Amino acid sequence: MPVTIQAEERTLTALLEGEIDHHTAKAMREEIDSAAVRMEPKLLRLDFSRVGFMDSSGIGLIMGRFRLMKESGGSVEVINVPIGMAKMMRLAGLGRLGIKGIE
Amino acid sequence: MSDRIINEMKLTILSRSANESFARVAVAAFAAQMDPTIDELNDIKTAVSEAVTNCIVHGYREQIGRIYIDAQLYGDGRICVRIRDKGCGIADLKQAMEPLFTTGGEERGGLGFTVMESFMDKVKVRSKPGSGTTVVMEKRIIRRGADNA
Repeated sequence: MPVTIQAEERTLTALLEGEIDHHTAKAMREEIDSAAVRMEPKLLRLDFSRVGFMDSSGIGLIMGRFRLMKESGGSVEVINVPIGMAKMMRLAGLGRLGIKGIE
Repeated sequence: MSDRIINEMKLTILSRSANESFARVAVAAFAAQMDPTIDELNDIKTAVSEAVTNCIVHGYREQIGRIYIDAQLYGDGRICVRIRDKGCGIADLKQAMEPLFTTGGEERGGLGFTVMESFMDKVKVRSKPGSGTTVVMEKRIIRRGADNA
């Protein structure tokens, strides 16, 4: 499974696993979105600790979930970003959008 | 040290999205001969992944075509990677290379060219509507060890 979903109160945590590119992002997106629609969390937490590689599809994945959560007044937090991926996160300026966990 | 080509590889793949990972790992494995750092290798992998994804999503628009990849290693520590498709081409290259511009819908960040430019030292793009797009990227691998002083 590329995504393990955990729900606690109104927080949904999605543990992403493997490599995120245009090919793999689709299944991850579908799994997170179906859980988010079902559970209506206030906070969606994306855990990157088990992501070995990501290209800008990972940014698309975060931005898309950010838009989805915003519609219902919720927010997105990104946690445990491996050092190699921090450069990509900074480049995309996700912190400025109000996504938590990114400088 | 010289600027002569010391090694070269060519690879042709179908524009199937499963090949995104194959392409970046293949180029990274070739680049590994230069003894790059993990960061340098990750930069190359990321840039290749962006360029190949562009061929699949934009060049061939999810239809199946061929993607041509070649790479050269130079005696002075540079790697040059060329990624080419014979897809639809880009009408307005300047616009396509702007950060956040995308025709790929909401799930694409419009960051492909920005990432290539940030992660590699040089990026050149040639494109002709109807005949395809070529991206040429270059990166210098920092030499480590005794001769690095």
